[in-house]
Formats: sequence, structure tokens, C-alpha cells
Amino acid sequence: MTEPYTTVIGLEVHVQLSTASKLFCGCSTRFGAEPNTQTCPVCIGLPGTLPVMNRRALELALKTAVALECEIPPYTKWDRKQYYYPDLPKGYQISQYDLPMSARGRLSISDPKDRFAPKTVRIIRAHLEEDAGKSLHDEAAGKGDSLIDLNRTGTPLLEIVSEPDLRSSLEASTFLKELRLLLTYIGVSDCNMQEGSLRVDANINLHIDTPKGKVATPIVEIKNMNSFRAVERALDYEAPRQYREWQETARVLGEAPKQTRGWDDVAGVTRAQRSKEESSDYRYFPDPDLVPVVFSAAQIDAAKASLGELPAALRSRLETEYGLPAYDADVIVNQGQPLVAYYRAVADACGDGKLASNWVTQDVLRVLKERDWSLETLVQQRGITSDWLADLINKTILGEFPRSQAKQIFDAKVRTVEINITMQIEITDSVGVVAQKIGISRVDDSELTELCRQLLAANPKVVADVLAGNSKAVSSLIGQAKKSNPNVDPNRVREVCLELINATH
Amino acid sequence: MSILERTACQLLRDLEAGEISAVELATACIERISATDDRVGAFLRVDEKRALAQAAAVDAKRAKKQPVGKLAGLPIAVKDVLCDRGQLTTCASRMLADFRPPYDSTVVAKLNAADAVLLGRTNMDEFAMGGSTENSAFQTTHNPWDLDRTPGGSSGGSAAAVAASMVPLSIGTDTGGSIRQPAGLCGIVGMKPTYGRVSRYGLVAFASSLDQVGPMAHSVEDVALLLEAIAGHDPHDSTSLNEPVPAYSQSVNEPLTGLRIGVAREHFAAGLDAEVETAVRDAFKVYEKLGAKLVDISLPHGKHGVATYYVIAPSEASSNLARYDGAHYGYRTNEQEMLAELAAERKKLQAAGDQRGLDNLDTALVRMYRRTRAEGFGAEVKRRIMLGTYSLSAGYYDAYYLKALKVRRLIRQDFDRAFDEVDLIAGPITASPAFKLGEMTDDPLAMYLVDLYTVSANLAGIPGLCLPCGQTKSGLPIGLQLQAPILQEERLLRGARMFETAADWHNMRAPL
Repeated sequence: MTEPYTTVIGLEVHVQLSTASKLFCGCSTRFGAEPNTQTCPVCIGLPGTLPVMNRRALELALKTAVALECEIPPYTKWDRKQYYYPDLPKGYQISQYDLPMSARGRLSISDPKDRFAPKTVRIIRAHLEEDAGKSLHDEAAGKGDSLIDLNRTGTPLLEIVSEPDLRSSLEASTFLKELRLLLTYIGVSDCNMQEGSLRVDANINLHIDTPKGKVATPIVEIKNMNSFRAVERALDYEAPRQYREWQETARVLGEAPKQTRGWDDVAGVTRAQRSKEESSDYRYFPDPDLVPVVFSAAQIDAAKASLGELPAALRSRLETEYGLPAYDADVIVNQGQPLVAYYRAVADACGDGKLASNWVTQDVLRVLKERDWSLETLVQQRGITSDWLADLINKTILGEFPRSQAKQIFDAKVRTVEINITMQIEITDSVGVVAQKIGISRVDDSELTELCRQLLAANPKVVADVLAGNSKAVSSLIGQAKKSNPNVDPNRVREVCLELINATH
Repeated sequence: MSILERTACQLLRDLEAGEISAVELATACIERISATDDRVGAFLRVDEKRALAQAAAVDAKRAKKQPVGKLAGLPIAVKDVLCDRGQLTTCASRMLADFRPPYDSTVVAKLNAADAVLLGRTNMDEFAMGGSTENSAFQTTHNPWDLDRTPGGSSGGSAAAVAASMVPLSIGTDTGGSIRQPAGLCGIVGMKPTYGRVSRYGLVAFASSLDQVGPMAHSVEDVALLLEAIAGHDPHDSTSLNEPVPAYSQSVNEPLTGLRIGVAREHFAAGLDAEVETAVRDAFKVYEKLGAKLVDISLPHGKHGVATYYVIAPSEASSNLARYDGAHYGYRTNEQEMLAELAAERKKLQAAGDQRGLDNLDTALVRMYRRTRAEGFGAEVKRRIMLGTYSLSAGYYDAYYLKALKVRRLIRQDFDRAFDEVDLIAGPITASPAFKLGEMTDDPLAMYLVDLYTVSANLAGIPGLCLPCGQTKSGLPIGLQLQAPILQEERLLRGARMFETAADWHNMRAPL
């Protein structure tokens, strides 16, 4: 079902940069410390203190800006955004207003399942600012104090604003995932939404076709979305809500002020926030305590050179160099650099990119997900190194084990140290040793032929059925063959039986 | 002559020669303060114990022939606007009446490192806003030359303390003339260095792009010595200049040859007191006798200086003072009273069925902010916060703040052009000598116009110095202002010292 409107979405993303210290002082930025233990006179804005720019934050911001293909203006400065709130101890936030450090970038997104056409989302700007502290309100209304934690105050924050180029909640969440992937690839942020190092606000309105032409609904800014799922749900809730509101009020863009609505994740609705909290004159002006920054061409080049291979480039490389379908390349690249490196090592060692991808995207990722492991755990604590996995794949290519047995060997290796069949599996056990320990051995061709001969002799009806044209009848012998020798390859049993029948009749 | 009437340089020689000890000197200062400060009101606090301990430590160092700092044993008074770890730093405001910073300002740290004896903290206009020290929330400071008159401001306490021979050295701050003007009105020497020459770290900000810390003393030589101790690059202040500090105290006694002194015709317009004009023109004659050439120059945009200053300084102040909101430190309104007030208002609105009034009623947080700031700040500070808030508001920013920045550039260009032709610019520091206390408290605009000759140096970032150049018939000091290009403090001091040694006004002491 298609809606009678187009949804128009722009995102505003705040990303905490992974610097060891804050933007304007030497305090730690570590998450989770006791409240107000990572503060100093500068970040709590005591009288007389002055900010000094953290060079590392500037470098990471520049790196992000060039990764987003932004233009870097020759001159940038910092401005004070002024408002009163207890978690903003100076009474202003040091941010960037009219001359941000970067502008006009882009980020391309696509969906491997082709639910939307690939598109390039324009980035309006990315600027560097300081984070505010946290207010902890006593929920018991009317009484109780609000508490302020200033540990977060002054943490470097990059604000990335997209053009309203997104047309669905899926596009929005895909954009966010791609952005997060990019930022983690270039190592500028851990993008942990639970810890607040990545925060998202969305601007959304609708373009509605009416007999009188196209109209746009008033823009709504949605806040308080704490996961990508919440972003999707909030947008999916908000679009039809705006349509209903338009049907009721006929109010279009310009006839109502921009509204801010908060997402209630439990109730699954957006709610209007008090208008008093919206309308503010921030009285921006250049911060006289900081000197403007001029990025040299050499600094910009160095930032570009430090990027490494970005996700989009890696995906196409996996497609062209390893012959992977777009879907596989997407799955592998989206897992981050360690898995990409692992995959490439496996594929290079076994020589079959697609087979390696099947093992990595299905078996390896399944184990990581089921066990909530990192790739490192699998490799270091279970010994499933890229070489080990490549050896296993090679043995299936050479026909030493059927896929089903290879999977048993893999699963046994996953349970290294945990299981004890005849002998405990050790981290250093090779593919062959694991196979041996779990009782898998290669069945000799002559042994297999003899077994098949006996089975055919004991089951004349099967032979007759095959001769009558029903070659599938052989399948009924596979179970018996496995009962007699669990190591036989079912496919080989089928092949040998058919060969024997055809040869003797 | 009491030892306290000696200059700091003389006292330093006496200390080095062992003729007096630092403890004796500090004791003499403390005695002088207790004998006279009830009439002058220069000090907000005197820390005898600490001063004597510091002095004793210096004496011990000297006795053991250990290396000592540049100011070893010299008592100094510090304006109550520079953070001093663990000590009250009030900015003469009710808002910070109990504020003890947990860190040292760079200037205080440098004074400690130079082995100065920190005697106490001086009175000032609240948050350095004013030109008479009458805006202090705590006390009035009187001019030692005439106790009915103002010492000037905002560093009035620091100026009066030196002028009354309570202390040989003091630290002031100058945002629009707050060192030079009180120095002029009190007959001492005061200098505003180049913006960025002295670190602002730990200086409680009034207007960040204009504020500068500077030395105050009896002589140019003393000022050179003190500047040398406090100047220099500070990694904690991004606006501090990363330039080496010349040995001002060494070069100050070398006269300048071929000196060209600019005399701005705009400085001698209507409104200039006749006695002041005579004294300043006499000073020019002294310079001519010393071989200097007077050059007629024009600073055409200087007349917009006060207007420009009173947009930029309040704008920055409105932002810098936003942090005093009662939430984290400093003064906070009485919460019980505040909540009772809100409850009463709510009740009244409910009784009247005034839903709109109820919707618009302050939250407790907003009311806390309102009352805290209404009660914690004095009238002049509030006036400037309102002026600045207005200038930065949407719709007014371009017409006021942005335009003021443009005029500021023009004022700087005036100086650049002038300094192509001259080495120093000389003129009056104020249009008239010290005015009577209370004379201008009801006329803020007249008070702002007192800054006419001083604000331009702050707007342009150039160094300026005021030294005594005469007295009125009634015995009030008259000051001469000298200005130099950016970072030419050395030239400024040498040029001032030439006059000082020739004219000898710096040896006059207030008849207290």
C-alpha cells in the first residue's frame, strides 16, 4: 500500500569524538565514572577559566569531515550559543554558528534487499562543539531535587546535519547505520547509542499531493530517540500522525511554528513538548576566548590520507575482487573492519571467495551472534583462525569431508575446551585432529563401494525402482549406509549406488 | 620620608642590601593600612598572616643566599578579580561574596613565583564595571589626595592603595581604562599592556576581548619591573601572545632618541578641563626639551570609541556573567521565600481564573535564576547585562554588535596609520581631575563618557600607560597618557621614564 504523501526526513546527529580528554581541558571523557569526578575548573566554567582547543578533537573532526566528502572552508571559528540550564554551567555552549568547520558533504546509502533505490544523501554541515552535562530529575513530581552530573560537560561533539533527502524510516535508519559504520571505520567515535556517544534528532514533514497541487505539512523535530529502532518507530508513527493532523486542520508549512516532539518509546507515540522550551534566541556571537582556526592544505591532505579504505569502497572491492554478490559484500563490510580482514584472509587462503563468504556470513556470524562473542574470542580462545577455517573449506573443496561433516568439525571447534567426547578439543587442534577426535574419518573408496554393493544386494526393490527410472529411490539407502558407517558422505553413497546399478544392468 | 614612600625599585635595592627585611617592610605596610585605610577604603581584605609568612620565607631565602624571584619581598595588593586558590575572590559583588576559587590565576601564580608578598585584595567596581569604584557591593574607596573624591575605577582600590603609600605595587585590570584612569586620578603610574601580553587565565572575565591585567606603582621603573614579572605566554589562555618578554626593568632607563610623539587633535576638543590641558601641554614641552619631535596626528574614529565600547563590552559581559545563576556556586536566592512567592502567585492566578497567567508563571528553576540575579548583581552590572543582551539579540545583532566590530576595526586602523608616522601618542587620560564621590552616580551616561580617552587602546589592543604630569591648584593629580603600537611596551616604558626623570611628578605623595 502506498501512502498518499511523500515523507521528507532530515537528520541531525551528534557524535562524541573518541578523544582521551575533553574539548577544552584535560579532563577524561571516559563513560560511566562516578558523577562529577571528571571535572575541573575549566569544564565546570568557574569564573576566570578559559578554554583551550584540544588538537586531537580538531583532527578527528577534520577526519570525519573529509570522510563525509565535506568542503573544508579556509577559516573557521567558534561561537557561544547562549541559554540557561543547570547542566550548562557557563550559561553558553561553545559551538559553531555561521562558519562551521565543514559543509556540503555527502553519504551514499543503498539497500541490499532493494527496498529503496540507492541514493546520495547530502550533508549540510558538520561542526565541532562541546557537550553539556546531564540532568537527573527526580521523577516524583513536585518534590525531590534535580541532580547535575558534569562529567560529560565539555566532551567533544561533532554535529552532523543532513539535508532532508531521506524519504522513509528505512532510509533514515540505513543512513544512520552507514554513518555509524563510517565513523567506526575511521575510528573517530565508538558510536555507542546506549552510552550516548551517538544521538539523533529527526526533522520530518510530509509533501502531500492535493487537487490544488503539492502542499507541505509543518516541520516537526523529534527528540529522545535512543536506538535506531526507535528512530524507525518514531518516524513511522509521526508520518501518519502528521497526515491525520493535516486532514483535520489543513495547516501547512509556514502556518504553524516548527514543533518539537519527544518520542515515548514505551507508549510508542511522539508528544508535543512545551512551546516555552522551543522558542529561544541563542544570541550567538564569536567566542572571544578562542582563536579562529585555519586548516592548511597539508592538514586536509593528511586527514584524507589517514582515512584508510572506507565501507563503500570496500564493498565494491569485495564484489569485484572476490566475486561476491552485493548482499554478501554488504553483510561482511557492515560487520566492521576486523571481520573484513578475517574474511579476506580466509578467501585468499582457500581461493574461493563465495564459499569463504558462505562460511563467514553464515557459520561464523551465527556463532558470534548466538554466543555474543567478538571475532577475537573465536580466533584467540577457540583457535578458529582464518587459516584454520580456510583449511576446513579446502578439505570440503577437495572432497575430504562433505559440508555436513565440515560443519560438525566447525561446531566442535567452536566448543573447544567445553566438550569432551573421546578427547578434549584444544585451541591448537588442526582440522584433521578435530575430525579425528569427534570420530570423523575419510571413508575409503573401496570400503564405500563394498558397503553399497551389500546394501543393493539386500534391497532389490530399490534397484528395480531405479531401473524403472526413479533414481531418487536410492535415497532410502543413505540412512542405512550411515547407520553402518557414520562417516560416509551421503552424496557419495548416492553416486556409487547409481554407478553400481548402471554398471551391472 | 617613610620607607613606604620609596619606589618599589628603591625598596628592592634596600631589601637586597639588607637595609630592611621583607618582614619589616610587610609590617610597615600593615601598620600603614591600619592607620589610614579606614579613611581610604582601598582594601577589601588584608591577609597579615599570609603576608608575614611569605615575607619571612623570602628573608630566609636571602639569608641562605638562595636564588629569589624578581619581586622578592615586595608587598603587592591585588585587585579582587584575580583568582587566588582557596582565598575569597569576590569581584566586589554580592554574587561572589563567598566564592573561593580552587585554582590560582596565572598572574597570582607568577607573583608567588616571583616571591612577591601578597598583602591583600583591593576594592573595585563590581565585576570591574565602572570608573569610580562606587559600584562595589561592599565599600566606597576614597581618593587619598582628597577623601571626598573618587579614586577612579574600576581598579580604584589598587590605585588608592599605592597612592596612599600602603603598598608599593598593585595589580589592576583594564577593560576600558580601569588601570590608567584611576592611576591618573590618584597620581600614580598604571599600564595596560598589549592585549594578550599578560595571561587572562584566572581573571574573572568582564569583556574577554578587551580585558587585560596590568601593573600599578609609583614610578615607571616600578611598573616595568612588575610587568616583567607577570607578562608572558600562557598555554591556558589561547589569546595570550607567544612572544618573548623583554627585560623591561633593564631597558627602562635607556632614553629614546629621535622620539616622535603624536598629538591627536581630537584629544583637545571641547570639554577638556583647562588645568588638565595646561599640564598635558607642559608635558609636551618637557618632551621637546628632551629632544622629541611633536607631530600633529588625527584619530578620526576615536569619537566613536565610547559608543563602540559600550556595545562590545556589555555584549561580552552579558555572556560572561551568564554563569552566575545560583545553580553551582556563588549567591543563591532564599529558596523557601522563592517557593512561597511562587505559590502565592499561583494561588492568586487560580482565584482569578487567569489560565494564561498560570501558563506563563515561572517554573521554580526560572524564578530561582531571576531572583538570584536580581538580588546578586548591582545596578550597573544589571544595566550592562541588559545592554549586552539587547545588542546580541536576533534582529539587533547586525545593527549593534556587528557594526561595533566594524568601527572597532576602523579605530585600530586609525592607530596603525598614526604609528606609521610617530613612535608614541601622548594626551590627557581624562578630561578632568578626580570628581566628587556621588557626583555621577545618577548619570550613567556622563560616567561612561569619562572613558573617552581610554577605551580606544582596549578596542585596538595596543598598550597604554598613564603617569602623573601635574596637579591642579587644589592639589589633585593630573595624568598624562602615552600609547604605543602592539607589543611596544618597551618603547612605551622608556618614553615614559624619560619624562618621569625630567619632570619628577612621581615623587609627589598624597598628603594623607
